[in-house]
Amino acid sequence: MIKFFLMVNKQGQTRLSKYYEHVEINKRTLLETEVIKSCLSRSNDQCSFIEFKDFKLIYRQYAALFIVVGVNDTENEMAIYEFIHNFVEVLDEYFSRVSELDIMFNLDKVHIILDEMLLNGCIVETNRARILAPLLILDKMSES
Amino acid sequence: MVVPSLKLQDLIEEIRGAKTQAQEREVIQKECAHIRASFRDGDPLHRHRQLAKLLYVHMLGYPAHFGQMECLKLIASPRFTDKRVGYLGAMLLLDERQDAHLLITNSIKNDLSQGIQAVQGLALCTLSTVGSAEMCRDLATEVEKLLLQPGPYVRKKAVLTAVHIIRKVPELSNIFLPPCAQLLHERHHGVLLGTITLITELCERSPAALKHFRKVVPQLVQILWTLVTTGYSTEHSISGVSDPFLQVQILRLLRILGRNHEESSETMNDLLAQVATNTDTSRNAGNAVLFETVLTIMDIRSVAGLRVLAVNILGRFLLNSDKNIRYVALTSLLRVVQSDHSAVQRHRPTVVECLREPDASLSRRALELSLALVNSSNVRAMTQELQSFLESCPPDLRADCASGILLAAERFAPTKRWHIDTILRVLTMAGTHVRDDAVANLTQLIGGAQELHAYSVRRLYSALAEDISQQPLVQVAAWCIGEYGDLLLEGSCEETEPLQVEEEEVLALLEKVLQSHMSLPATRGYALTALMKLSTRLRGDNNRIRQVVSVYGSCLDVELQQRAVEYNALFQKYDHMRAAILEKMPLVERGGTQDEEAKESKEAQHSEAALVPTEPQASKLLDLLDLLDGTSGAAQPPPLLGPSSEGTSVHLLDLPCASSAPASIPNLKVFEREGLQLNLSFVRPPGTPALLLIMVTAINTSEADVTHFVCQAAVPKSFQLQLQAPSGDTVPAQGGLPMTQLLRILNPKKAPLRLKLRLTYNHFGQSVQEIFEVNNLPVETWQ
Repeated sequence: MIKFFLMVNKQGQTRLSKYYEHVEINKRTLLETEVIKSCLSRSNDQCSFIEFKDFKLIYRQYAALFIVVGVNDTENEMAIYEFIHNFVEVLDEYFSRVSELDIMFNLDKVHIILDEMLLNGCIVETNRARILAPLLILDKMSES
Repeated sequence: MVVPSLKLQDLIEEIRGAKTQAQEREVIQKECAHIRASFRDGDPLHRHRQLAKLLYVHMLGYPAHFGQMECLKLIASPRFTDKRVGYLGAMLLLDERQDAHLLITNSIKNDLSQGIQAVQGLALCTLSTVGSAEMCRDLATEVEKLLLQPGPYVRKKAVLTAVHIIRKVPELSNIFLPPCAQLLHERHHGVLLGTITLITELCERSPAALKHFRKVVPQLVQILWTLVTTGYSTEHSISGVSDPFLQVQILRLLRILGRNHEESSETMNDLLAQVATNTDTSRNAGNAVLFETVLTIMDIRSVAGLRVLAVNILGRFLLNSDKNIRYVALTSLLRVVQSDHSAVQRHRPTVVECLREPDASLSRRALELSLALVNSSNVRAMTQELQSFLESCPPDLRADCASGILLAAERFAPTKRWHIDTILRVLTMAGTHVRDDAVANLTQLIGGAQELHAYSVRRLYSALAEDISQQPLVQVAAWCIGEYGDLLLEGSCEETEPLQVEEEEVLALLEKVLQSHMSLPATRGYALTALMKLSTRLRGDNNRIRQVVSVYGSCLDVELQQRAVEYNALFQKYDHMRAAILEKMPLVERGGTQDEEAKESKEAQHSEAALVPTEPQASKLLDLLDLLDGTSGAAQPPPLLGPSSEGTSVHLLDLPCASSAPASIPNLKVFEREGLQLNLSFVRPPGTPALLLIMVTAINTSEADVTHFVCQAAVPKSFQLQLQAPSGDTVPAQGGLPMTQLLRILNPKKAPLRLKLRLTYNHFGQSVQEIFEVNNLPVETWQ
């Protein structure tokens, strides 16, 4: 089960955070700083899976942004690794060549996309077209 | 407020524009004030915008709890945009511990029964994230209804919400059992994915559900089969593999269903073989599926050929250059090494190579796996590798590596000498990280390997001379030098280079240890005791030792001071007992008292058997003969002393040191034959009136050594006798070092003491046996 999904940039600023298991608000920033510290200290040729306290971290770096997913022991790490890439591809299609600024300024849309893909810590949909369909309808509604 | 509210974009711009943390906080506080005012005014039009800004601010870590009621209002509004932001806010700001969350139950209920899919989707999403047990109970029936609706969009969400409900309220799982079978017939991958997760959750929670779902194994196999064999489907394929996420989920469920169940495992065998061989491994997605397949094969009751295939796949992963794949391969090999040991052994060289990886997670896994792979045939090579790893590994792995090596050495050591060498090397390299009982283990090991005493004491001496900072090493070295100091000084040992050591050097080294600020108090204790023991082993005079001991009599550390005072007393008042007390220690048993008692009873039987044949011979001593049958009065075997050297000193020294001298009883010469003399000296400690200590001293003034000397004693039944271990079994010729043995006799009834001694030894090439009763025992010994 996925415990949390984070997008943090190299300076340690959180761009997106979604917790599927309750964590106290003040503990969240602490957790995020620790997580980004362990990810930043890894070099390029080290593997993307870190053991952190009592769960595993799977991270992937895209330019200056780190996407980190915390899972418990039962998950298949490589499948989650693939899922992160899938998510980025969906964002890419929606925003046409997504960048960090896009994510910052359209945070609510990114949340909607993430909710379409992950529900309660489990993967629910991975097909790009189907994920983006409700969002495109929403956009059309707000334009008109 | 007249000022028009900022849009979210503009706020973000402003925050980004802030150059310092303080500036950012200012901007945010100003904005929060605006937002609070706007909430108070109750402006419905812009509420969602304000909340969106608040959520952004919340994500940055600032407090945002005043927005909770606004979320509720937004959720209740009919507009979709409002609802969207409201639900998002609810998910982020509310949780079970807040009271407000119960208030959204009603809104959710209304939204769920509405027909609009998007709205229903939102509601389900929120319910699955923040739903508490009460909410779940209320809304379970609604969710169930939605499970069977035609639209897949809602269904897939409803299924996963059901998963959350089951997690919170396990009793409700019965409601969700029946629809599952129907849902499996779906073609929509999203719904399938959710259903499989739901079934997995149900099976994990209750064994009854597990049995129920075993029936669907064929169906699952069918689904996976179509996935794998149908060609390229653009909809769900990721880098050439069709829907790997669904494949992985199905494999996981198959694993749970097939565990410990022959029938299901059989149906899966073909499928698993197919997946394992046909999946494209050039991309990560394929590897993910392959990994899950391997895990499943190892967990169910698969055929042997399949298991070998799985281990080979893992071996191939290990050789892959991608670090991630190596990592998962090492993790899964660790899981299977118990059950398929020989198959994993084949990949040992690759595992050992992974030890040298710079990546910390990889080297940790490789270390665990290597330790699991050590067996008697490869132990030498493996320990070599592990020791070179120990030199270069990061500090947090050192402790594990050191204890791992020691454990492996213990189980598989081919020779004692190799074992001692290995422990020595580990102690020199990583001494501070080993477990506490390593010292005790090593001393016990050395003590047991009699032929290696000279070798070990030399090695330890050279190691100690180089470096006195590694505490466990220093402790063991001090103990050894104390025990076997005479072996260190005499001649050469053929296994090491000749090392000429002077007495003064040894004493200087031990003094250095005593004075060094790096030594722990325990180490100092070891060193002091070692110095004392050397006073009997070395041939020179003991002035230097006496000096050191008297200096430490005023040391600040209480433990050291006590020892020093006791040893001082040993030099002064009890000099005649010094040799006996400081004689070589017998082999200590691990496990302490229980082993002692077991050994005692075994040896009691031994001595019984030994003593019985003497009965017919000793005809003239009939009045004392009956003493030799029973085990209680008979010569008891030397009891084993406590496991640590400090303990030994304390045991032996339970003579009160500080009190006045005991009443002195004249010594008695009891036996003489051809130069061999036996003397008895008596001590009655004033603290225990019933106790009598007899020191038996054997001196040999003839020209030939007396060897295999054994002295046994017998007393009347009302007495209790304890013989302690003799200092040796050889009495050297020409008045050499006398052999001593201590007897403890408890005489609670103060009956007249009668003592019978039996001696057996070899002298001038003949074996001699003497039995006699000790006459003229002074009255003071028993009154």
